[in-house]
Amino acid sequence: MTTPPQPLTAKDVAKVALLARLAVSESDLERMTGELSKIVGFVSMLGELDTSDVAPLAHPLDTQNVFRDDVPAASLSTAEALQSAPRHDGECFLVPAVLGDSGAA
Amino acid sequence: MQPIEMSAVDLVAALRQGDITAVQCTTAFLDRIEATNGTINAFLAVDRDGALTRAADIDARRKAGKPLGALAGLPVALKDVLCTADMPTTCASKMLQGFRPPYDADVVARLRKADAVFVGKTNMDEFAMGGSNENSAFGPVRNPWDLSRAPGGSSGGSAACVAGDMAPVAIGSDTGGSIRQPAGLCGITGLKPTYGRVSRRGLIAFASSLDQIGPMARSAADCALIMETIAGHDPGDSTSLAVDVPRYTDLLDKPLAGVRIGRVPEHYAEGLDPEVAKGVDEAFAVLKAAGATVHDVQLPHAKYGIPTYYLIAPCEASSNLARYDGAHYGHRAELGQKHRAEPGQKAGGFESPLVEMYCRSRAEGFGPEVKRRIMLGTYALSAGYYDAYYAKALRVRRLIRQDYLDAFQSVDLIGGPVSATPAFKLGEKTDDPLAMYLVDLYTVGTNLAGVGGISFPCGFTKSGLPIGFQLQAPPLAEPLLLQAADRFQRLTDWHRRRPKTTGEVKA
Repeated sequence: MTTPPQPLTAKDVAKVALLARLAVSESDLERMTGELSKIVGFVSMLGELDTSDVAPLAHPLDTQNVFRDDVPAASLSTAEALQSAPRHDGECFLVPAVLGDSGAA
Repeated sequence: MQPIEMSAVDLVAALRQGDITAVQCTTAFLDRIEATNGTINAFLAVDRDGALTRAADIDARRKAGKPLGALAGLPVALKDVLCTADMPTTCASKMLQGFRPPYDADVVARLRKADAVFVGKTNMDEFAMGGSNENSAFGPVRNPWDLSRAPGGSSGGSAACVAGDMAPVAIGSDTGGSIRQPAGLCGITGLKPTYGRVSRRGLIAFASSLDQIGPMARSAADCALIMETIAGHDPGDSTSLAVDVPRYTDLLDKPLAGVRIGRVPEHYAEGLDPEVAKGVDEAFAVLKAAGATVHDVQLPHAKYGIPTYYLIAPCEASSNLARYDGAHYGHRAELGQKHRAEPGQKAGGFESPLVEMYCRSRAEGFGPEVKRRIMLGTYALSAGYYDAYYAKALRVRRLIRQDYLDAFQSVDLIGGPVSATPAFKLGEKTDDPLAMYLVDLYTVGTNLAGVGGISFPCGFTKSGLPIGFQLQAPPLAEPLLLQAADRFQRLTDWHRRRPKTTGEVKA
């Protein structure tokens, strides 16, 4: 981030939308490109700081890892896990075709 | 005094002594909600039947001399980001409209065990993203002090329901100021505990390294009472601290003699409303009169708090909100025939019907601010940008945390404003996402550093809007935060003021 960021293009934003699994209309795309460019421009002020000798801090706690005892315990039943599913067959979540274009849902 | 005017501490005592029954107490608050929620919109769901059944059960058990929990009969409102097995949980999002979680959040389970009575789920910014509650998919909340103004956010419903006497206590969550800022703008007391002090299990995740649950009430003493129930180690949250919970209420009544409070000169920079600055100065004077000493301290990287926060929080959110896929729970788009691809063509421009279902479900279920943050986070984490944005923000986060640790070498607490201005008008900032982000200026550092903070009223503007004061403390120094705020509230009566408007509003 030593150089100023390139302004985002509608093409960049369309790519990000697909990565984020968000359908966007043409007008959304235009608005989002403007808004995101403005926000990205603002957060780029972090580039002022030299952080070459600073380690990233992902988490405020010193805790590194937490293990529990390896003891079997109850978890959600199938019925509980499926209770809010938009579509299921009592055993599995049902989704449209993963491959191809059959369109069945 | 009517039950709806009483503090949580007094209500619990009156219930224990039999001066009022749980049914009487619960009914009083439910009636108040019924009369005012049509205007304030603080609640997304009210569980009148469930609350009264539970209250009657508590009264029966008390009459039979059976043991009862520490909060027996106390009405409590829950921010709708907390999972409740017996009430819908929506996060104020169309994505989760009608969602019924299969289990209670840890804090909900603890409050239930303490025999608290849940009156309902409070409104909020969608997925806790916002500082005005205007990002709710179910309508904004009105500030009881001025119905044309926002209550702050994201815990706006929780703040407004306490300010409006609809519940003595509400539970909120704070990722960048979402307990403290609305508490400040609504004239109540809100505590954001140290990261890890309260379990996040069952708190619908926004930014997991920043989120923390805390109490919102009329006073520090009431917050202390609630903390004794909700704090503590939970094996179901790997970031929950295995540290004993102090008896916060027993630690309140101590003098402030010798307590060193830091004042950050940069807090008074351009943008701080003069009436807020005056209220904050007067709060420092009260704390000094109580025996504390005030010293200037530096937080050299404070101005980088907002950009750091608005990288880290959206990055974590983009990952956390990937779970809303239209398959397991939540909203699912119907793929009509018109979207269905002809043989040999991609469905609606998508690589498969499944991807189309994901993209359309999420586009229909999420509101504009949630989409904006998912997009920003996805961008900042994507190939070629990760180091420049996300990793950079994590490095600056370490600098910000170090600032706090350094400052706490020379002072015990850091004081200052909660927000640069009093409550702003509904609609005032909705067209400018960046302007809305700046409302978190004084609060995000606490979350980035993982320390604790408390907000409480320290005065009013000439036009009658509350002004909030914030204290921040080193990790696990909640007893000192509560003690200092409680001492302040023994010397002032700002926290006892009540808005006039709520009495007049009708559903």
